[in-house]
Amino acid sequence: MNETKPFIQMQNVEKYYGQFQALKAINLEVNRGEKIVICGPSGSGKSTLIRCINRLEEHDGGKIIIDGTELTDQIKDINAVRREVGMVFQSFNLFPHMTILKNLMLAQGLVRKTPKAEARKVAMQYLERVKIPEQADKYPVQLSGGQQQRVAIARALCMKPKVMLFDEPTSALDPEMINEVLDVMTDLAKEGMTMICVTHEMGFARSVADRVIFMDQGEIVETATPKDFFENPDSDRLKLFMKQILTH
Amino acid sequence: MTESVALIFDSVLKMLVGLGMTLQLLIISSGLGLILAVILLLMRISGKWYLNLPAQIYIYIFRGTPILVQIFIIYYGLPQFEFIRDSIFWPILREGYGCAIVALFLNSGAYTSEILRGGVLAVDQGLLEAASALGMSKPQRFLYILTPIATRISLPAYSNEFISMLKSTSLASTITVADMTGIGRTIVAQTFAPYEIFLSLAIIYMILTFFIQRSFGWIENRLSRYTKKLGIS
Repeated sequence: MNETKPFIQMQNVEKYYGQFQALKAINLEVNRGEKIVICGPSGSGKSTLIRCINRLEEHDGGKIIIDGTELTDQIKDINAVRREVGMVFQSFNLFPHMTILKNLMLAQGLVRKTPKAEARKVAMQYLERVKIPEQADKYPVQLSGGQQQRVAIARALCMKPKVMLFDEPTSALDPEMINEVLDVMTDLAKEGMTMICVTHEMGFARSVADRVIFMDQGEIVETATPKDFFENPDSDRLKLFMKQILTH
Repeated sequence: MTESVALIFDSVLKMLVGLGMTLQLLIISSGLGLILAVILLLMRISGKWYLNLPAQIYIYIFRGTPILVQIFIIYYGLPQFEFIRDSIFWPILREGYGCAIVALFLNSGAYTSEILRGGVLAVDQGLLEAASALGMSKPQRFLYILTPIATRISLPAYSNEFISMLKSTSLASTITVADMTGIGRTIVAQTFAPYEIFLSLAIIYMILTFFIQRSFGWIENRLSRYTKKLGIS
């Protein structure tokens, strides 16, 4: 819509669960093509933050503007925003009762109104891209975790989103499957996709991210380029966190 | 002994005449019950108290009272009101058959809606979030994600309810309906041979239950294909 403004703007965003404040005065702008990695200890609000971007969680204060559309209680068509924002979950969340191909075709037909033949073509094209076209007619349960997550990425891409959110996409995977998923994400980043990834894969953060954000207790504590982030962490909390995740 | 065998054979044939009535009661009241159950379910999960509360009260009343008492209330109680005798429902409520169907389906609706609600609650929320994230609307999520998965989860409990309904249809015999049990009771009154007749009747119900079990087993298998790692046919 507006090419010069940041694609995502979050201004003083607050989120409460009852008495507990999950997000405190979050300010974040993400430009088109930017790759952001968010890390931090569990319970720091990382997931809550990206789930606010497609309104899976409703924020309680501040403003969130996606491509010029502000997310409010009065928003008429949240689905118009959601179809531009792809999301990949920790637990894959493939529809278990549909084949892989149907998983990729469903929302294309229902939301984008893509004709069946075209949807099938798009689905196969993205299955090729995540390198598992031969699994098209299987059910999710028959695939390995890594394969399922690649399907989930393909499913989100079928909607031709303008930004992709990744919520700990490799946290539920066995170690030997993590790389196949990170490879797909790295390819996607190279193609210029706007990405926000919550992950603890520091190798990925270092090689792909334009900015790395460290969150703790609902706040953005530090934002830096990967180089500064890993080599000259500013805050004590980040230093402690780095020490903890790099000890072993 | 041969006398008994002849009597059993003869009365089984007579009672089987009522099989059609038994199946009618079962299928019509379960079908209507299922529709009612879906309506009650939607009210229960609507998130609106003014829909949820009436549904809850309804379910409480029908689960909290014996079905035989409900049948009696409808058959003996309702005709006392003139406005019911004047209403368009009178042709249905005037006869035992209509009353039995109404009582059975109102009852089945209450139980079935709770079964379906259990299925709905057991669906992984993450799947619905994934559907939301893809931009699917609430009705689309309900139709394409929630319904098929909840149906599969509910099926074993529903087959239980269906079998239980089969046996409840025998209560219709108390209000003049000539189902299998009704005919059996008539024969007993004529022959004074309750042991032979009721035992045969019990066996007929068991055979019916066997076929119902097998049918549900088959449907369950079909709907669960996707949950098995191997052997997709």
